[in-house]
Amino acid sequence: MPTMRYREALNQALREEMHEDDKVFVMGEDIGVFQGAFKVTAGLLEEFGEKRVRDTPISENTIVGMGVGSAMLGLRPVVELMTVNFSLLAMDQIVNHAAAIHYMFGGQVKVPMVIRMPQGAGHQLGPTHSHCFEAFYLHVPGLLVAVPSTPADAKGLLKAAIRDDNPVIFIEHETLYGQRGEVPENGGPTRFGEAAVRREGNDVTVIGISRMAITAQKAADTLAEEHEIEAELIDPRTLRPLDLDTILDSVKKTNRAVIVEEGWPHGGVGANLAALIQEQAFDWLDAPVQRVTGADVPMPYSKPLEQAAFPHEEHVIQAVLATFRDL
Amino acid sequence: MATRQKTKEGNGDGVAPGEVAKAEEIRFGEVKHDLPDPETCRTVLSKMMLIRRFEERAGEMYAKAKIGGFLHLCIGEEATIVGATQALRESDYLMSTYREHGQAIARGTHPDAVMAELFGREDGCSRGRGGSMHLFDWDKRFLGGYGIVGGSLPLSAGVALACDYLETGDAILSMMGDGATNQGTFGETMNLAALWSLPVVFVIINNQFGMGTALHRHSAVTDLSLKSEGFGVPGTRCDGMDALDVHAVVSDALAHARDQRKPQLVEAVTYRYRGHSMADPEEYRSKEEVEEWRGRDPIQAFAKRLVDEGVIEQDEVEKLDEEAIETVDGSVKFADKSPFPDLDSLYDNVYVFTDEVPAWWTVDERTPEVHRGEREREAGELPHELAERGAAYAGVGDQQARQRRTPRDQDAEDEQQGPGEDEDTSADDGGSG
Repeated sequence: MPTMRYREALNQALREEMHEDDKVFVMGEDIGVFQGAFKVTAGLLEEFGEKRVRDTPISENTIVGMGVGSAMLGLRPVVELMTVNFSLLAMDQIVNHAAAIHYMFGGQVKVPMVIRMPQGAGHQLGPTHSHCFEAFYLHVPGLLVAVPSTPADAKGLLKAAIRDDNPVIFIEHETLYGQRGEVPENGGPTRFGEAAVRREGNDVTVIGISRMAITAQKAADTLAEEHEIEAELIDPRTLRPLDLDTILDSVKKTNRAVIVEEGWPHGGVGANLAALIQEQAFDWLDAPVQRVTGADVPMPYSKPLEQAAFPHEEHVIQAVLATFRDL
Repeated sequence: MATRQKTKEGNGDGVAPGEVAKAEEIRFGEVKHDLPDPETCRTVLSKMMLIRRFEERAGEMYAKAKIGGFLHLCIGEEATIVGATQALRESDYLMSTYREHGQAIARGTHPDAVMAELFGREDGCSRGRGGSMHLFDWDKRFLGGYGIVGGSLPLSAGVALACDYLETGDAILSMMGDGATNQGTFGETMNLAALWSLPVVFVIINNQFGMGTALHRHSAVTDLSLKSEGFGVPGTRCDGMDALDVHAVVSDALAHARDQRKPQLVEAVTYRYRGHSMADPEEYRSKEEVEEWRGRDPIQAFAKRLVDEGVIEQDEVEKLDEEAIETVDGSVKFADKSPFPDLDSLYDNVYVFTDEVPAWWTVDERTPEVHRGEREREAGELPHELAERGAAYAGVGDQQARQRRTPRDQDAEDEQQGPGEDEDTSADDGGSG
């Protein structure tokens, strides 16, 4: 199986889907001539031309809104926003329009579009470029939310997102763009709502979101080597729809759950998942569900502060050990 | 002090309250165009009358609590609505604000479907999901009323982009109120429409109030046709109380946008006779001002001209009005008879279900029972019982309205909705795709 970087996998998905369907087009800030802030769209302008690879002005709300309008007429826009923080300027179009239109007009029209955006800390980009906002989008009925952590998922989920008839918030991670991984040749779309079990184990269920699926995997290896704890590692891959069955089955087997995310703790992905797990599997739990989250602060610039503000392996290990503490 | 002064004397172009910059140039009440053929004259008059009578009845129904939420009436703006929409081809698109009952009717949506929507019924043009502010009719290419001021502007540019991309030759008329010109999306959308040469005409329905804030108190420049020019979209003004003037100016703008790919903006200066919504004590304007504008009533003026010029008899004017009243009476009866949406349809159309997305998880109807979205749409007994109790708080409907969807109905709908690209999406097919 060929290996490639996460950004190359995304690029391939875009390229293949654009070849597949001439209604697919991409637009965003600096995605054409500049080739994308993170080079995900590299080469597309040359290959597909200005009609299908559209550099936009810096007008996030209107770029997304135009994507929605064009999708209502049957086009399949893939809109790139430079970071999740910038997507906040487009919240009106995402929540009041993209997510609501199919429902509020009684199903007469669909919004088959993808809104791509990278997130995450670690590059010293400070309090307006470094956050993780999947929890915002998870909140909204009508949206699908993908958080791929591997090159294979990045490609498969993006292909599915483009082919799907719903508005999809597709959240990439800045730190993952350069990561390599195996990607199946001629691979098709990856179904939404099917979690990946990255590692099997009987002692504790660890659920890692976005980049934290990678962090959690490293922690799981250490737990096995140093603590004789075999963690079952689940990467939900999509948060809407959520493969709760796989998570609950695992929790019922391990009787412990730890959720790892990079975003803020209050109202986070972990808060929601912990509630679902205790509602659905309370009798199987041997310990309180643990959450590992980013610090409850705007992301600081200074390197040591920034590193202290988002989770690392050690945080995951401590949270897992905490679920065994009272035995 | 400074604020006070602004309030009294305006700012920017220095226009005083109750006045419109360079209003004299609009020449309200003057004859500006020859009448079109008698058939068109009758159509324009009867559409304006229908909208007027519809809005009056909607107001009454709101007072009787048949209609909930907000109700924004367009009485006074009929000439702008009908004049502008008459300039569209059948295949063109229209988008509007939340004050859009008139637009839907002008575009051909049956008043029955509009009234049923206001009543929150299944036969409403948005199946009772949207309400007064969110009417929609795909078949008539009326792409919606939108509740967020300025929210539809990017959408309309997106529709224009799709017309351009698909090379259909269609255009879109994108309507907004005067208040929307102060939103960020206004400048952003104008820029992009001009930058990408899109077939869109923006129509500002300047009824001179952003809710209760008068034009000169919300916009530094009160000649709104100037506000898009710096973004590359030329603006023109027209007499929004004269359907023929609106029609002429919008037709010209559409030709420019469609044929030369130069998006245009038209400001129609008009007036809303009623409050912003039904919950509006109208303390922000004087009775004299309202009376002055009532003297320019677009329907009376147009009817009088048709009679004066011998196009139709006064009897026929009255007959057309009676027909409008009858139609609206029928719409009220229709809406009253239409069922409330089935409670089990609460989750219909949250998503389109395809191969890639077979279901989603939610916590159903505030019970701990998890609901697996589309795959197992039949919620358990307890969630349904609680939904019934919740719906009973509405104090409307009957047992029948709260009955469960029968398995047979559901099968039929499942067959209808299959995945795919096709827009098999008419409002009244009862499908849930």
